[in-house]
Amino acid sequence: MSEPNQLLVRRIEQGTVIDHIDPSKAFNVLKTLNINGKEGNIVTVALNVPSSKREKKDIIKIENKFLKRKDTDRIALISPNATINIIKNYKVAEKRKIEVPDSITDIFKCPNVNCISNNEKNILSTIVVLDKVNIVLKCKYCSRIIDINDLEEI
Amino acid sequence: MTRTNHFFGKDIVSIKDFSKDDLEFIFETTDKIRKLKPDEKSEFGKGRTLGYIFYEPSTRTRMSFEAAMASLGGSSIGIFDSKFSSIEKGESLADTIRIMDLYSDIIVLRHPNDGSSRYAAELSNNPIINAGSGSEEHPTQAMLDLYTILKEKGRINNLTIGIVGDLKYGRTIYSLLYGLKNYQVDIYLISPPTLSVRSESIYEIRNKINIKQENYLDEVIKKLDVLYVTRIQKERFPDTQEYEKVKGTYKIDDKILENTKTDLSIMHPLPRLDEISHLVDNSPKAIYFKQAAYGKELRAALLTVILNECPF
Repeated sequence: MSEPNQLLVRRIEQGTVIDHIDPSKAFNVLKTLNINGKEGNIVTVALNVPSSKREKKDIIKIENKFLKRKDTDRIALISPNATINIIKNYKVAEKRKIEVPDSITDIFKCPNVNCISNNEKNILSTIVVLDKVNIVLKCKYCSRIIDINDLEEI
Repeated sequence: MTRTNHFFGKDIVSIKDFSKDDLEFIFETTDKIRKLKPDEKSEFGKGRTLGYIFYEPSTRTRMSFEAAMASLGGSSIGIFDSKFSSIEKGESLADTIRIMDLYSDIIVLRHPNDGSSRYAAELSNNPIINAGSGSEEHPTQAMLDLYTILKEKGRINNLTIGIVGDLKYGRTIYSLLYGLKNYQVDIYLISPPTLSVRSESIYEIRNKINIKQENYLDEVIKKLDVLYVTRIQKERFPDTQEYEKVKGTYKIDDKILENTKTDLSIMHPLPRLDEISHLVDNSPKAIYFKQAAYGKELRAALLTVILNECPF
């Protein structure tokens, strides 16, 4: 909780703070995590918060939910610079930097409608990360290079 | 130089999986196969069964694989009309592959979906050969195309090659471009704007190959050593009105050939519709039937090295 801007929204007793989200990507992150408010958790979203490391960032605070590694993988392709803070008793119990994985399975659909992964049952769609810095993605099956903005969740 | 057989027991899913050395190994093996008498090569496939599964129509690819397997002393079984198989009842590709895997030693698959062969290769214990996967790839066609260029022109390096027609949906094009990236060639891609090559599908070779894109053939054709013609494929258009707008855009006839290099070679993966006039067939420039003949021999070489670790 080093940046004073995090105090723009109230501290949480326990849960997850997703910090350093690329500006304007917070709602994509929420969608990717399947958080729509119906779960009942208190969720606070801050957009375009001034940041010392980068010009702006988004922040999400989710109370009483501890993100797991599988959830982190989901965020990696939307905002690879985000950091995850697991909060317990108002303190950071774990600080996790998102690592872009080599591949992501069974989370995103291949955008190519003619890909076998969209046409045959029981295939686990797998997106391979060719370039972790510039985020260049390829479908494991049809080999198409995928624009990150075209990714849709299964 | 003795090359290592990297094909033994391997799938042929994408031409991207093979190096220039691997391709030249196949070309050399094809040369050897062509020199053998029938009884000398009939041991390479003896007692082995090729299983083919064709979800889309085919003439040359299926027949050349069957003929190749027969020339090696093996046999073929398969499905070439899905209406007469359990595919018609809704059987999945996965189950169809699993069953063919039980009955054959090597599987040749043509399927309308991109990535189908890669998926089949995950399921099958025996090697899978991709005989066309949607608009993604047709690797054995590209190998035989490269072999044809090598045999007919004496080299692949330092040629100017024009590829004309449906470059968006044509699966042979993508395999051919990835094969050509191993050589020093100048490539002209000639198509209507709506059928230009899919940039995302040549992403991995965008900086490794010298490509120029054109819409008109008349000027470019004068520079070419090889003209590779493709059919505009009605069956791949989501909208038939779009097909009607572009069909017949390019026509290779005696007139357009007047201003070409004397040793221009015209290739076509076939089938053709009206993009090459039948009057061109007798021109020494037309090598598309030779190309089809090389197809059987190159596929015999492929089957030989997949089924035999040290055939020679």
